[in-house]
Amino acid sequence: MQTALYILPEIFLSLSLMTLLLVGVFVDKSYKLINLLVILTMFFTIALIINQPDQTVKIFNNSYIIDNLSIYMKILTLLFCSFILIISQDYIKINNINKIEYPIIILASTLGMILMISSYDLIIFYLGLELNSLCLYILASFKKYDERSTEAGLKYFVLSALASGILLYGCSLIYGFTGSTNFEIISSSLDKSNMGGVFGIVFIMVGLAFKISAVPFHMWTPDVYEGSPTSVTSFFALIPKIAALCVFIRFMYVPFINAINHWQTIIVFLSIASMILGAVAAIGQSNIKRLMAYSSIGHMGYALAGIATGTNSGVQSSIIYLSIYLVMSLGAFGCIFMFKRENIFYEDINELSGMSKNHPKLALSFLIILFSLAGIPPLAGFFAKFYIFVSVIETKMYALAIIGLITTVLSAFYYLRIIKVIYFDKPKKSFDEIYDWGLKITLAISTIFILIFFISPSSLTNLILKIIVY
Amino acid sequence: MNFPILSAIIFIPLIGAIFILTVQGKHKNIEKNSKYVAIFSSLVNFLLSLFLWFSFDKTISAFQFIETKNWIDGFINYRLGVDGISILFIILTTFISLLSIFSAILSVKSKIKEFLIAILVLETFMIGVFCSLDLVLFYLFFEGGLIPMFLIIGIWGGERRVYSAFKFFLFTLLGSVFMLVAIISIYWITGTTDVTELLNLKIPKEYQYLLWLAFFSSFAVKMPMWPFHTWLPDAHVEAPTAGSVILAAVLLKMAGYGFIRFSLGLFPVASDYFTPLVFALSVIAIIYTSLVALMQNDMKKLIAYSSVAHMGFVTIGIFSITKQGLEGSIIQMISHGLISAALFLCVGVLYDRLNTRMISSYGGVANIMPKYAFILMIFTLGALGLPGTSGFVGEFLILVGVFQKNIIVAVLASLGIILAATYMLSLYRRVIFGPIINLEVKEMSDLKNMEIYIFISLVFLTLFFGFYPDPLLSTLDISIDNLVKNYQLNLNYHLIINK
Repeated sequence: MQTALYILPEIFLSLSLMTLLLVGVFVDKSYKLINLLVILTMFFTIALIINQPDQTVKIFNNSYIIDNLSIYMKILTLLFCSFILIISQDYIKINNINKIEYPIIILASTLGMILMISSYDLIIFYLGLELNSLCLYILASFKKYDERSTEAGLKYFVLSALASGILLYGCSLIYGFTGSTNFEIISSSLDKSNMGGVFGIVFIMVGLAFKISAVPFHMWTPDVYEGSPTSVTSFFALIPKIAALCVFIRFMYVPFINAINHWQTIIVFLSIASMILGAVAAIGQSNIKRLMAYSSIGHMGYALAGIATGTNSGVQSSIIYLSIYLVMSLGAFGCIFMFKRENIFYEDINELSGMSKNHPKLALSFLIILFSLAGIPPLAGFFAKFYIFVSVIETKMYALAIIGLITTVLSAFYYLRIIKVIYFDKPKKSFDEIYDWGLKITLAISTIFILIFFISPSSLTNLILKIIVY
Repeated sequence: MNFPILSAIIFIPLIGAIFILTVQGKHKNIEKNSKYVAIFSSLVNFLLSLFLWFSFDKTISAFQFIETKNWIDGFINYRLGVDGISILFIILTTFISLLSIFSAILSVKSKIKEFLIAILVLETFMIGVFCSLDLVLFYLFFEGGLIPMFLIIGIWGGERRVYSAFKFFLFTLLGSVFMLVAIISIYWITGTTDVTELLNLKIPKEYQYLLWLAFFSSFAVKMPMWPFHTWLPDAHVEAPTAGSVILAAVLLKMAGYGFIRFSLGLFPVASDYFTPLVFALSVIAIIYTSLVALMQNDMKKLIAYSSVAHMGFVTIGIFSITKQGLEGSIIQMISHGLISAALFLCVGVLYDRLNTRMISSYGGVANIMPKYAFILMIFTLGALGLPGTSGFVGEFLILVGVFQKNIIVAVLASLGIILAATYMLSLYRRVIFGPIINLEVKEMSDLKNMEIYIFISLVFLTLFFGFYPDPLLSTLDISIDNLVKNYQLNLNYHLIINK
């Protein structure tokens, strides 16, 4: 019975998922209702998670873990998922994808991610991953009459299935060479001399790197981001990253911790490559969704730099980074959802020309978000980078720090370019008035968070400092 | 002293800016009210900073008005304080901000509300730089200023504003990121980023060289020193008058302040080691940019290049590491702050009337605008360092300082004064004297009352400090003494360790 209490949030999620599906089938045109219920479910689940006992528990034969890391990450996932649902309502209605499946699939993929986050066993992990991925394939091609959306879905499916296959192969290698799927047992029997195990580690890392779109496994990102409906893009840009990064941390610091010398180099490479590509490739983009794709690649590079350090503070810094990145991206997509004229959403950056004249408030908050994404003090984005570099320099990885900072300058260029279009260029026709209060309030919250984060950074970081990975 | 006066000085402009941002109502009222709010908050700030100066104890060298608060738990404190060096810069900043707000109200035509917000936010960051006693806090303020300045150049600038704004932003950002690495490294080497503690700690010698270079990369770009100066002429030329004024008068001084406070204070061994490098770059800057200034057709560009040359004097003075040299460079910075601000305002006056900055478009202005001609002459003479103006005091002290260290550098630097006379006087001759060639010049009106008040305040200060620099010197005296003494002690300590 005690065990059931610990997975109450998961049970609640699954039950409400099925109930909502039934409701959706039997009630006509119930998109609005379902959407609202999904959001409420998420908030209720957050409440359940917060009320979980503040201690590390492993249940089901040590295959499922509930600790500070998983609690924090689950809350992030559910919270931002509900924000995404809130801000994309207008878009979904106008683009005629307001089907009941949409929120339900998102809920299902969230469930998958929550399983991933808490998994302490290869099999549970893989189950969660697949539940999540299958939902994502459908989401990417959700606008089924749109060629680009179907293309995005197919592309994502093919590549992601390949990555999942490689990952599964890695899992089987690990199992073969250590004799167990449990993380703790793997950890004790996997060390430097176990070359077969190292192969497994590399394969698993490839799969995970694909999920968080780290270079060189990023190829799908720009196309899928551009092709999918923007509401799905915003989901892709935020939510799967949380689970993937959490799993990355879990894998590296629990089962693979003894092979740190092997994976550290790989992560440093992934991190540097992502930072550089994220900074350079975005310069030529004129589609704002593609640009956000490259920008997210770059940001994941910084988050990986924190993991690469191999220290607790490094992991904490990368969780801080992730948290702030989520807020910034949420704000950025909130702005993107506002760029519409006569019910057509615009994605070309040049359409924003001179926006500051007609929409001073929107322009100002986009300005703040962009400067924050570029990492200019005193905005929140600077602190995110600051914590990463503090822990990177602590471990004396100066090259990583310097490359990271130089790519910051490079990436500042394309954020500045958007600001230039918004503020320095000649105004075009104004955008539609926005009546969606959910969108407005979410944007205001994220902007204000970014703006006043500097007053008391500790209030966020103290939460994260509780997360001890090993 | 419980009232957090430094925090108040830092954040009053910001509060003013938020106030302006939230003003609602009719368009005309918004403009009027935001002007009043901007003037009011910057005036209050100026008076507060004067009050700070009067209640400042000139007889002790330690930091005063210290405020410490927990900021990032167990890591970084929000720590403010001033000594004789920083207090002068704070007053300079509040004074120049006030002036530039007046000038903006006179000359900025579009989006005045946003412009005032940008200037007020910038003021907050600038004052923060001079007050902060923590490296991370310093970095935060130092970099934060980029955002409003980028917007000022980009939105209200001239034709090539986009190019200049980007160049300004990316150059300074690139320079500064190395400083961030250095700051974090200092934290891991010494366990603190608190400046007062660091000044007493001795950073191991082997780290100092790289750390010094990292700080140098940031300050050298900001100063700007040759060959990192290329962003400055562009930024100056394209920025609106008020922006140029702040850029020349305050933003450049942050780097000089940084050199004095951090490069000398934290890395004495490296400063000693790299002095020849700084001397060489500064001498090149003085001679080369003066020659370049001679060839300019654009008034703002000419003054921008002359700024680089003047900053060359400042760096020479700082790295002479003598009492006279250091005092001279601080006075030079302050006097350059006043004079270059005034010169940019003078150019702005002409630009407002004729919409061109080309020297060749003018000529014979003296016939039409006698008051203006008189005022421009005072500042021209100030810029070339005529005795009786504050420019002379600074340059003279710097040269006195450098002569003790390196005669060749001193002689070469003195050439700069002659060159300064050449380009400044030729500028003056071409604009003010001669026959009126351009008929539009005849239409120009002389200075308005408001402009005259702004200029008179600057003229007064330039001449006052030229004849009687004692208020500045006496404020600086103990702090500089202490700095030079500490520097020598530190250097000797490391020398002895080496043996």
